[in-house]
Amino acid sequence: MKTLIKGGEVVNPHSGMVEERDVLIENGKVSRIFPKGALEKAPAVSATIDAAGKMIIPGLVDIHTHLREPGFEYKETIATGAMAAAAGGYSAIACMPNTAPPNDCRSVTEFIIEQGKRAVGAAVYPIATISKGQKGESLVDFCELAAAGAVGVSDDGFPVVNSELMRRALEYARYCGLTVISHCEDPNLSKGGVMHEGEISTRIGLPGISGSSEDIFVYREISLARLTRCPVHIAHVSTGVSVELIRRAKEEGLPVTAETAPHYFTLDHESVVGYDTRYKVNPPLRTSEDVVEIKKGLADGVIDVIATDHAPHDSLEKEVEFDNAAFGMIGLQTALPLTLELVRDGVITLPDAVRKLSSNGAAILSIPGGEIKEGKGADLAIIDMACEYGFEEKDILSKSKNSPFLGRMLKGRCDLTMVGGKIVYQRDI
Amino acid sequence: MGTFEHKDLLGMGALSAADIGLILDTADSLKSISLRDIKKAPTLRGKSVVNFFYEPSTRTKSSFEIAAKRLSADTFSLSASTSSMVKGETLLDTARNLQAMNPDVIVLRHSSSGAPYVFAKALRASVINAGDGINEHPTQALLDLYTIREKKGGIKGLKIAIIGDIAHSRVARSDIIGLLKMGATVTVSGPPTLIPEGIEAMGVSVINDPALAVKGCDVVMLLRVQLERQSKLLFPSIREYGTFFCLDENMLKGAKRDVIVMHPGPLNRGVEISNGVADGPYSVILDQVANGVAVRMAVLYLLIGGAKSENVD
Repeated sequence: MKTLIKGGEVVNPHSGMVEERDVLIENGKVSRIFPKGALEKAPAVSATIDAAGKMIIPGLVDIHTHLREPGFEYKETIATGAMAAAAGGYSAIACMPNTAPPNDCRSVTEFIIEQGKRAVGAAVYPIATISKGQKGESLVDFCELAAAGAVGVSDDGFPVVNSELMRRALEYARYCGLTVISHCEDPNLSKGGVMHEGEISTRIGLPGISGSSEDIFVYREISLARLTRCPVHIAHVSTGVSVELIRRAKEEGLPVTAETAPHYFTLDHESVVGYDTRYKVNPPLRTSEDVVEIKKGLADGVIDVIATDHAPHDSLEKEVEFDNAAFGMIGLQTALPLTLELVRDGVITLPDAVRKLSSNGAAILSIPGGEIKEGKGADLAIIDMACEYGFEEKDILSKSKNSPFLGRMLKGRCDLTMVGGKIVYQRDI
Repeated sequence: MGTFEHKDLLGMGALSAADIGLILDTADSLKSISLRDIKKAPTLRGKSVVNFFYEPSTRTKSSFEIAAKRLSADTFSLSASTSSMVKGETLLDTARNLQAMNPDVIVLRHSSSGAPYVFAKALRASVINAGDGINEHPTQALLDLYTIREKKGGIKGLKIAIIGDIAHSRVARSDIIGLLKMGATVTVSGPPTLIPEGIEAMGVSVINDPALAVKGCDVVMLLRVQLERQSKLLFPSIREYGTFFCLDENMLKGAKRDVIVMHPGPLNRGVEISNGVADGPYSVILDQVANGVAVRMAVLYLLIGGAKSENVD
């Protein structure tokens, strides 16, 4: 089986080049990349995809997705999540372990991998918990989970309060080849809070979550990275202070990486006025000053990754009192166009965007993808950069529709996604 | 008289100074009904007012009920002790169910900030916020403004201190917004742990020591201290609060000679207010209760009775 993708511009995140190329795919791999005009006579292929005027990028890699299976299949299944991801340009997603049961043992990890193989869409890589039952008390069997196919560990959603446990997790995880992803939140400071603590929470009478509750734990992880010299990845950075702490840690040469999510550079706490629960997310939407700092951190490379923190919730959890509503918003189909807003605004370049949405995440979790290169798997997406559209509920392939970006005009849309040379998503045009 | 162009009363933020003036003027003309032998006017005959209280309340609920009945509306009371979610129903479901019964007004008290906004969006009926979480309690602010205007002849230029748990008080939020709109100067006071982050952005100043805060004030408004707050580390003990933050006669000497003292009730005597002040000559606490009925009559009238150009009688 040979496929030729003709006439598209290929984004190379390593060289930073964006050039017209013809890409030949054979047996699931990129076999040849022809410079413009080099392909005088088309090789005999079984399929040709015309990508003229389109951008060909490495398939996006989301290192922070919630797929809700097992346990909460009414919100999302591995099949629907993988499909929504593919529609958003993702060829790989790593799913967080806060399912029911949580992914804290081999059988759950294997189940997720099996369901992922059955799904048509992005490849699914499980992240296991750090602690048994996400209780923050004792470590799970890291080596066994790594052998079963887990690519990282995180108690995402539940901060690891016990610093000794986090230290040992960092030390042991490195030995097993697992990346530790830390959800930074001091639960005593954030308890009861539902939005950012500041002028707006005071004005509209909602209990606040201070920026400090994040900053304190970000600094703890940095301190532990200094102590152990083991890598740590900071999930969903939302505050300017956290960005600055991570910047200094990187200047010091510590093995710290970080991600943010599109809502943290697109929205601020003003959105919560009106009590629309789609804007309830943890960490909360911060101030416009924080948004500026997040963008700076993306621009200067302090923030390595743009992850989605895709968090599907049913209307049962969202059409309720703000206090009682679940935290989280979906994001797999909006991350790319929202990141392209940063490119158009000159905050980052297009190759930067691809690095943050794809290659950097793949490197942090050591999973395939993140480049279009001869001999490597054909994990890629074809993007129509000019396509402008109002984002509507009917566009959402996720089971849950809790997006704060419904109704927003977006620019840039995935036309086709390929995983291992197989087309897993193609938009009806 | 001006017109009142609102479907709902969710918070003081949505009201203009003119709207507030109109409500207070309307309350003025309706107040006499409560002083008659036959305390009833036919203005809202055939209208139904549903009191939907998710939180226990005695005075606000009875105040709304008396107000509605004095204007001849039919009143119904629903109470729900728990969140809708416990029953597996969303808040939106609850709102839609209520709408199906076609009431004219829902008076809603809810423990979660913002809950009345969900109802207002889903309902054709008018929604009156009778207190939502720690957000707002607009009719309390309106009756406070009414009482101040009645006692002082106006609100503009007055110096007002609000003392107590500002962070968790919906009364404080509504009062601050309303008082500032009407041109008063507002200082909030209390232990630092009960003054919320960024309150200055609302346009008030902060003086933690109540003795300093009341200096030169025309009005001192006290808030009820929620006794359970001490378990949440917000202050050391009720005893300590009563010793350092309780308004007593000595502290009140610093205020203007014609100061009035207000409290939304119920009082914690000896905690935020001394017996001497509560029962003394400056206290207008019971006037507030009486005015509450008139103000709520005015709000009901303006929301559902004002469309027709009939006389207020």
